[in-house]
Amino acid sequence: MTRKQRRGVLISVGVGVLMLAVGLVLFAMRDSIVFFHTPSDLAEKPIAVGQRFRLGGLVAAGSVKRGEGAKVDFVVTDTLKEVPVVYEGVLPDLFREGQGVVAEGTLTAQGTFVADTVLAKHDENYMPPAVAKALQERGVKLGKGVTHPAEGTQ
Amino acid sequence: MIVELGHFALVLALLVSIFQMVVPAWGARVRDERLMAVAEPAALCQLGLLLVAFLSLTQAYVTSDFSVANVAANSHSTKPLLYRISGVWGNHEGSMVLWVLILALFGAAVAAFGRNLPPTLKANVLAVQASIAVAFCLFILLTSNPFLRIDPPPADGQGLNPILQDPALAFHPPFLYTGYVGFSIAYSFAMAALIDGRIDAAWARWVRPWTLAAWMCLTIGIAMGSWWAYYELGWGGWWFWDPVENASFMPWLAGTALLHSAVVMEKRDALKVWTVLLAILTFSLSLMGTFLVRSGVLTSVHSFAVDPQRGIFILAIMTLFTGGGLALFALRARDLRQGGIFAPLSREGALVLNNILLTTACATVFVGTLYPLVLESLTGDKISVGPPYFNMTFGPLMLPLLIALPFGPFLAWKRGDVLGAAQRLMFAAMLAVVAFALALAAFYRGPLLAPFGLALGVFVMAGAVSELANRVRLGSVPLAEAWRRLLSQPRSAMGTTLAHFGIGLLVVGVVATSAYREERILVMKPGEEVSLAGYTLAFRGVAPSTGPNYREELAVFDVTRGGAPLTRVEPSRRLYDAPPQPTTEAGIHASWRGDLYVVLGDAQKAGGYAVRIYFNPLVRCIWLGALIMFFGGAVSLSDRRLRVGAPGRARRIAAPAPAE
Repeated sequence: MTRKQRRGVLISVGVGVLMLAVGLVLFAMRDSIVFFHTPSDLAEKPIAVGQRFRLGGLVAAGSVKRGEGAKVDFVVTDTLKEVPVVYEGVLPDLFREGQGVVAEGTLTAQGTFVADTVLAKHDENYMPPAVAKALQERGVKLGKGVTHPAEGTQ
Repeated sequence: MIVELGHFALVLALLVSIFQMVVPAWGARVRDERLMAVAEPAALCQLGLLLVAFLSLTQAYVTSDFSVANVAANSHSTKPLLYRISGVWGNHEGSMVLWVLILALFGAAVAAFGRNLPPTLKANVLAVQASIAVAFCLFILLTSNPFLRIDPPPADGQGLNPILQDPALAFHPPFLYTGYVGFSIAYSFAMAALIDGRIDAAWARWVRPWTLAAWMCLTIGIAMGSWWAYYELGWGGWWFWDPVENASFMPWLAGTALLHSAVVMEKRDALKVWTVLLAILTFSLSLMGTFLVRSGVLTSVHSFAVDPQRGIFILAIMTLFTGGGLALFALRARDLRQGGIFAPLSREGALVLNNILLTTACATVFVGTLYPLVLESLTGDKISVGPPYFNMTFGPLMLPLLIALPFGPFLAWKRGDVLGAAQRLMFAAMLAVVAFALALAAFYRGPLLAPFGLALGVFVMAGAVSELANRVRLGSVPLAEAWRRLLSQPRSAMGTTLAHFGIGLLVVGVVATSAYREERILVMKPGEEVSLAGYTLAFRGVAPSTGPNYREELAVFDVTRGGAPLTRVEPSRRLYDAPPQPTTEAGIHASWRGDLYVVLGDAQKAGGYAVRIYFNPLVRCIWLGALIMFFGGAVSLSDRRLRVGAPGRARRIAAPAPAE
């Protein structure tokens, strides 16, 4: 092989891998990105049934109802609009009424959000920044808790 | 008083660093031996001062001196001694002090052990190293000073986040920082080479041990973090593609590539420009990790409290060192004498493939980690990029890497014989096929790719062993002779074998756990039983209990397997006193077969408790694999040829010796 050919092989392997990676990234980005919305966002711009997204807000006071087995119903609110959520599983340690929460899942045709993940917050005063920001934008007053980020993902 | 001494020492360390940054670099420029020589004592002095600063802060923590704001905010008098000490780096300010201490430690090690370095190179390396110390000492003093007092002091501290009160987490940050910061040496060497405009194979020989040491510590640091997340957070997972995890993983990927490209540079005097670029990028990624964790742009379990001022300061540091490094690279890289181009099918060709795949994989992680941040700042849309993205991009890039990995060590330098290598790998391939068939037979469920992944892991492990067997000519010489050969193998070759074996084991663990995990979520009342993965768990009930600084509800499960009593697991839900925070302690029964992992959930209104049970098959292989990689690095580091202080030897290699 001449020097030129060798260089050619090297460059084509490099470019090939890079193209593969770009293809994979574009493909994965199309399918596995999850948007974040608050209940008011949903009221303004409805999301298609079955489309995965993250719903963030506060757990409405008095809304948590435990059902059969490990099933839990609760309502996520941003104090302006509300969305009912059903979840089956073990709730994170800091899941409380009145606390911030981020749930991931899909909407049903009836407008209920079926969550398969409820994110844990490892801090008493924690509020997900996205929720805090969304709430602040809507003029909701927040406590001191906004400054402690400690989000867990499941 | 001692705290003020520490504060003063930190300020002095800053001044010494400024001196160390300016004088030797100037000396190297005007070729003045005496000016260059001050770098050495300055580096040692800087280390001493930072050690004083660090120890005085530690003293404040150990004696619970709550008149120090940092101690009051992060410690508590009832905390056990170990966590009072680890509390020093369990917060932003204290961990920055540890950060610069490790930075100074590496600089001082170069000063003390680098006696055979050319004086100009050494002076420049230490000057660049000092410039990093200047930036971070300034950062600590201006935005994150841990030595500030409060008046009046509170009666007691606010305590350390209970999930951080854990032995694995006590040692996770020091190792992680040693890894991060260790790459600064590679950066300093790269910058020094660019300033000098000269670089040769000997350069790679000097850089490699430092990179290797940093890589080892980063490997074990990440593994410890993952282990901690696994048993402490109670989610049953070991890696979440959390942005902060990625922040430590990217330098690891780049550092692994750097280790391999430095080999090519050392042996074949090629890939010089690339290696220098990689050294700059690796440390830049470390800095980016520091930025992401401490600036508040990310929210994660690992990140520290938000303070925009700090974020901007670190962003400036990052821009300065990354931008400065790349700018100097752009200006001077052309002056570095280019190495030769070589055959694609050769050891160096395989190492280049390794580099291409690792850096590309690193780039995909980079995109996935930063894309949400960029998108939010551009459009305001909030998105999250989760595990599916990384599985889809990172996974496919690792496939060719793992397939090619066992071939690499079998290929000769300059011109490799792939067919010959394939023949020698026949045994490994056969083992892999057997593993494939076994996995397929044992687990009819799960994705079809999983048996393939398991086979790949086995292939990598068996390939590493066969390479060693081939070296000692096992089978073709008597056993005693083979044993003698094994003992006389160079340690660096043994290290390679171990590290590659470790990665194979890790792959097996990752694939088995991801594909064949079993999970049950249910409500159990005392007296009830449940079966999972061949185990039967009998729920005996929940009892309250108290620990040194927490109260807990402790559940008891008796585990039997095949009717025979096996063990008792006791998951609990704790409520810590200070700060008052609930945590979940998983009950884990670990074995070679896998881990039985039980998490206690809420009490139910109708009686009973929500319980989550996992069986994570072969999960132990993940951490064991990482540990073996760590030891592989250590064995390689103990090789005489790599020993930093081995004089004479390095000089001989430095002479343009024909390869092979």
